[in-house]
Amino acid sequence: MDALMDGLLSNVDWSEIGWASWDTLVMVGMSLLFSVLIGLPVGVLLFLFGKRQLLEQPVAYAVLSFVVNVLRSVPFIILLIVMIPFTVMLIGTSLGVAGAIPPLVAGGAPFFARLVETSLREVDRGIIEATQAMGASVKQIIFGALLPEALPGIIAGITVTAITLVSYAAMSGVIGGGGLGDLAIRFGYQRFQTDVMVITVALLVIFVQVLQMAGDRLVLYFSRK
Amino acid sequence: MIVFDQVQKSYQVGGRAIPALHPTDMTIETGEVFGIVGHSGAGKSTLVRLINLLEPPTDGRILIDDENITHYNAAELRAFRRKVGMIFQHFNLLSSKTVADNIAFPMKLAGIYSKSEIRDRVEELLARVSLTDHANKYPSQLSGGQKQRVGIARALACRPTILLCDEATSALDPQTTQSVLKLLADINRELGLTIVLITHEMDVVRRVCDRVAVMDAGRVVEMGPVSEVFLHPQHPTTRDFVFESESIDSEELQEDLQKADGRIMRLTFKGDATYKPLLGSVARESGVDFSILSGRIDHIKDTPYGQLTLSLVGGDLEVAMNALKAADVHVEVLR
Repeated sequence: MDALMDGLLSNVDWSEIGWASWDTLVMVGMSLLFSVLIGLPVGVLLFLFGKRQLLEQPVAYAVLSFVVNVLRSVPFIILLIVMIPFTVMLIGTSLGVAGAIPPLVAGGAPFFARLVETSLREVDRGIIEATQAMGASVKQIIFGALLPEALPGIIAGITVTAITLVSYAAMSGVIGGGGLGDLAIRFGYQRFQTDVMVITVALLVIFVQVLQMAGDRLVLYFSRK
Repeated sequence: MIVFDQVQKSYQVGGRAIPALHPTDMTIETGEVFGIVGHSGAGKSTLVRLINLLEPPTDGRILIDDENITHYNAAELRAFRRKVGMIFQHFNLLSSKTVADNIAFPMKLAGIYSKSEIRDRVEELLARVSLTDHANKYPSQLSGGQKQRVGIARALACRPTILLCDEATSALDPQTTQSVLKLLADINRELGLTIVLITHEMDVVRRVCDRVAVMDAGRVVEMGPVSEVFLHPQHPTTRDFVFESESIDSEELQEDLQKADGRIMRLTFKGDATYKPLLGSVARESGVDFSILSGRIDHIKDTPYGQLTLSLVGGDLEVAMNALKAADVHVEVLR
């Protein structure tokens, strides 16, 4: 068995794979954290500023929506490169795990913001009206009714964002981002080590499956409908 | 007391003002159950939402206990809304909160109640609407009637003085409707709460309301005590509603009347007169023969009433009519 493994996977350095997996985990985790921290309030504002919503603000909505659309319409591979000077300014390097996080957040946050906006729109208007009729302030409506009611949708949004970030993080290997993507490009692609490629892809597939399953479980747990 | 003084509401659609409510004067007395009946789009939804300013009026004044609420600032408005409960056609409960938490929600929003006050009040309200056993369930686990009872308990949480009901029974089956209406009537009687109820079913009005306003195309076309409006409808829209609720086909009725002989009269009995054995004795005394073309005996809120359409042949009609009038029967000659 060992011989077979050595023969088939002769190029695979397992400790390298381990470190790369950990790097991917850190990149996805950190960028997801910041994407949620930025995307959630932006998504809430997008919802509130929208047409016939609580704080209808056509101009503010148009501006915010435009920024989100711009970030979302730039292909991520281009965003990675465009962001390099900004990333260097922000954290001193555009390389490695840390260097990959700002572009990942720039890609993930607007994506998540749209998902939050959509899931808030799914909340029955009657519930907002009923909460208003109880004498709630806008802040109370957001935290007391809107966010709890939209929670399953928001969790599903976090899952989708996390999975998108896994693939974005892999892409960041192209500009020296580190992680499994970096490994796949340097060894699997540039040195034609197919076995390394297969292992990294397999790990990414497992990673995505686990995320999706965990997300689905959480959505189910918080759904009361 | 709720007073509408030339209140009007219009919506801006594509730069044009579309009127939803034409200038309206209306007074709703403290402690009464006031019904607003109309077809969908007649403006009754707008009217009820003006009372808690979910819809601000375009013009006019709304006085509640002599205070003009249209000038309230945001904080005053929030404090005012706590004193006005509201229930909805589709209940609008928070699906993410349990029954108990839904009922506690308005009290928590108010921010002036202690935890133990909230707990005690929720317990009391759960008992009031007979849902004590369901306190920890989520709304999706309840039937429509139970959901509306949660809605009522929630609306009562902050001890309001006014309860607004927006088509509160329209999504319920007839039996559940009856129990919810009974609950509303009990609450009105026991708590002295003013209830404003909008509906498209005259039957709902007949069962619980003291007074009613009939709306058509953004105007109140008829208003008065339910017995008056229900038994002697003046406006065509009101007549449609009354006939609808009695399952009378007005064309069929006209045909029946044409086939009948003699004079046709509609007699309306109210209160004790309903149960008196009047017709037989009047017929004997006046020598008038009668046949009943249509009739109904029922209750308007707690008052029994009967309404009979008769054709009368022979005898002395004058004597018969006077005898009926003397017995407090309203007589209307149809032909």
